Amino acid sequence: MNRREFFQASGALVVSSSFPVEVLAQGKSNLVPGELDSWIAVMPDGGVKAFFGKMDMGQGLDVAVAQIVAEELDVGFDRVEVLMGDTATSCNQGGASGSTGVSNGARLLRKAAAEARRVLVEGASNKLGVPVSDLKVENGTVFAGDKKTTYAELVGGRQFNHRVQWNGQTGNPMDIQVPAKPKPPAEYKVVGKPLPRRDVAWKVFGTGDFVTDVRVPGMLHARVIRPPRAACKVRGVDASSIKGIPGAQIVREKDFVAVVAPKEWDAVRAAQRLKVDWHTLDGAFPEMAKLYDHVRAAKVTKRAEEVKRGDVAAAFAKAPRIVEAEYEWPFQSHASMGPACAVVDAKADHCTVWTGSQKPHFVRDGVARLLGLPQDKVHAIWVSGPGSYGRNDAGDAAMDAAFLSRKLGKPVRVQGMRMDGTAWDPKAPACVLRGRAALDASGKVIGYEFLSKGFSRQHIATNESDPADSLVGLATGVAPKGNQIFGVPAESYGFENKLLAWETIPPLVAEGCSPLRTSHLRDPVGPEIHFGSEQFIDELALAAGEDPAAFRIKYLTNPRHAAVVKAAADKAGWGSLGKGKGIAFAERGGTAVAVVAQVEVDRKTGRVWARRITVAHDCGLVINPLVLRQTIEGNVVHGLSRALFEEVRFNRDAVTSIDWASYPILEIQDAPETIEVVLIDRPEVAPTGAGEPTIRVIPAALANAFFDATGKRIRRAPLDPERVKAALA
Amino acid sequence: MARYRLTVDGKPVTLNADPEMPLLYALREDLGMNNPHFGCGLAQCGACTVHLDGEPVRACVMPVSVAAGKTVTTIKGLGTPSKPHPLQAAYVEEAVPQCGYCVNGWIMTAAAILKKNPKATDAELREGLAGLKCRCGTHVSILRAIKRAQGAMS
Repeated sequence: MNRREFFQASGALVVSSSFPVEVLAQGKSNLVPGELDSWIAVMPDGGVKAFFGKMDMGQGLDVAVAQIVAEELDVGFDRVEVLMGDTATSCNQGGASGSTGVSNGARLLRKAAAEARRVLVEGASNKLGVPVSDLKVENGTVFAGDKKTTYAELVGGRQFNHRVQWNGQTGNPMDIQVPAKPKPPAEYKVVGKPLPRRDVAWKVFGTGDFVTDVRVPGMLHARVIRPPRAACKVRGVDASSIKGIPGAQIVREKDFVAVVAPKEWDAVRAAQRLKVDWHTLDGAFPEMAKLYDHVRAAKVTKRAEEVKRGDVAAAFAKAPRIVEAEYEWPFQSHASMGPACAVVDAKADHCTVWTGSQKPHFVRDGVARLLGLPQDKVHAIWVSGPGSYGRNDAGDAAMDAAFLSRKLGKPVRVQGMRMDGTAWDPKAPACVLRGRAALDASGKVIGYEFLSKGFSRQHIATNESDPADSLVGLATGVAPKGNQIFGVPAESYGFENKLLAWETIPPLVAEGCSPLRTSHLRDPVGPEIHFGSEQFIDELALAAGEDPAAFRIKYLTNPRHAAVVKAAADKAGWGSLGKGKGIAFAERGGTAVAVVAQVEVDRKTGRVWARRITVAHDCGLVINPLVLRQTIEGNVVHGLSRALFEEVRFNRDAVTSIDWASYPILEIQDAPETIEVVLIDRPEVAPTGAGEPTIRVIPAALANAFFDATGKRIRRAPLDPERVKAALA
Repeated sequence: MARYRLTVDGKPVTLNADPEMPLLYALREDLGMNNPHFGCGLAQCGACTVHLDGEPVRACVMPVSVAAGKTVTTIKGLGTPSKPHPLQAAYVEEAVPQCGYCVNGWIMTAAAILKKNPKATDAELREGLAGLKCRCGTHVSILRAIKRAQGAMS
């Protein structure tokens, strides 16, 4: 479906209805990456719309995109509106994924904006009869002496009808090539400025809509009944148990059960009262206390040696000294601020989906497959949701709602209860991390091995394009294909003989619904792996009798890596800090981060307070220091929460972390007093991501600081009060 | 079902509702308001916080019958873009929210704290805001905004 058909079909419910019809009425508007019109539009008043196929969910990415587009087009920042998350107005650039919003996402808008400027200036040259070389552009007006024209006059409200060269890829790898050359960073006027976000006021005054606020006439409210245990089958449902609740109905398909009612409270009551006869085998899970033994003993489904250098075995064979340690990281939950919500209106031949998923284009694809509709007959619209840091429960809600809407022939709104967001979201994988190092007599590291072994980070896919990866798919008997993938530390320690490897193990439940199915949570396997690897580096520094900051700087071979360690240490005043300091470093997708944590430990209560956190962050060119700092702060606190408190609890049959009491997270008492951020701006280096790199460094910085404070090393996360008290007893 | 009268953001309203239905559903569904939010339904997170006769309550567990005859203020009634509560103004200045789903809890609770104790210390603020959740990790920013609002109010 092209944009024009779309806007006609979807009527008043479209969130981005501000897109003016004048533009769309001009004829061909196929939303394909090979058209400039798919990326940039100039309005009749000269305002610019940028169509972004990734997502911002409150970290200011859309502001960075607007800055980049304004910069390349030479229009005011305030004249650029960024539209995103609507499959009718943006191409599938992969949604939010891997902190690539700027590096992969905005990069295309930059090229498109530069090309739009080139085309516009060429048009002005023809119109004014002045060579391109004599023209200059200021705020959307093209000048040559006293002759001038504007972008609005040239193309306002009309289409460019201009091809760009698309590489044929979809999602993160999507790219375009254009003849225009983007500006050199030395000429930047808008990029690099601390311009404010645009989504703050409505959130503070309660004047905008979240996905939970979408209402469609005639919609039914649904609650999906998740099984009480893993891998359950439904033997029967007792319809009489919800008798008397106005309009309440049961929907069952194989092992999928839901209730719907015209009023939301009635759907909630029906879900609470419904009696389902569940059948399950006992003991789907290992005992929680034996989780890490299970991981150690489990058969390896895939092994990859991502870094292999020199002769590691020979180095160990001749080493006078070997240092070894193992670290353990639990399952963790997204536990998003609210359980997911989605509204779907499935008609016989087309369908509209309102979703909080960070990958709405893939939701469109998945819903199309689930309902057997052509992809272009499904319109997915992202509406701000209760936070999203990966493949959380939003994907399941959208598929549930699509399934129910089709089945009932009415629009359906699904919202989870707290348990659905904590117990039944896809989990970050539990793992065991093992470091081994060979030291020579002088303390030099001559051999190094680091192995991560755990559940795959993609037991279910990281997007919703296949119904098999959703709970409704699993409950109706489709098994996910699953990917076997984990990861290794991201660093540049120049140990001569070095092996970085990973191994995955089978999922705990192969068929049916499992609350311990695994997928991506913010910086997938990053906090996990570096909790081990960056503590291990500290253990090596100790063994070598060296300062942990100096030890890192000595071995890091990438100068940008060494520079962030030095910058964090300098800013924190590393050399003069008292007991309770820790440092850690990691790289992620080209971004280098070092963190100094200063902690206070209360031996009686077991409380660890990260009082001051200092971050040095190098993501190349800084687009907007204001939103970048806040994104880093969020990473710090989320990382502290995961390192100090978060652990999914379970028994042999079920996940028992079902709410905030049974899945505690960091609260404000434990927030740092100070977070200091040093931004290393490198205008000559193409920008890389910031949404995730810092979180991977926090847990090890914290654990290293705990060791410095107490002389005890905790190698199992989280460092919660019980574990701390036990370690200090 | 029973009939209840209450005042919401300055307007008198009448509801026909199940006495046990939480106030949250009355506000969202019967009155069509988009605030506050459902976060847990267990009074564990604060996303649904409103003022009931000036005191912060968790609307997700407060039966509508208990709110009868009382005055409910939501974040929308606390202040508006043209006449913001100092906390809202400070929140905008500091660009506190990321996803923004938790905002009701923090602003409505902090507003009640500052009303009683305008000079609340950092420790008193942290104590008073205990139990509220924010998943984007904006806590440091929240404290900055509250202190900014304290400055503006003094």
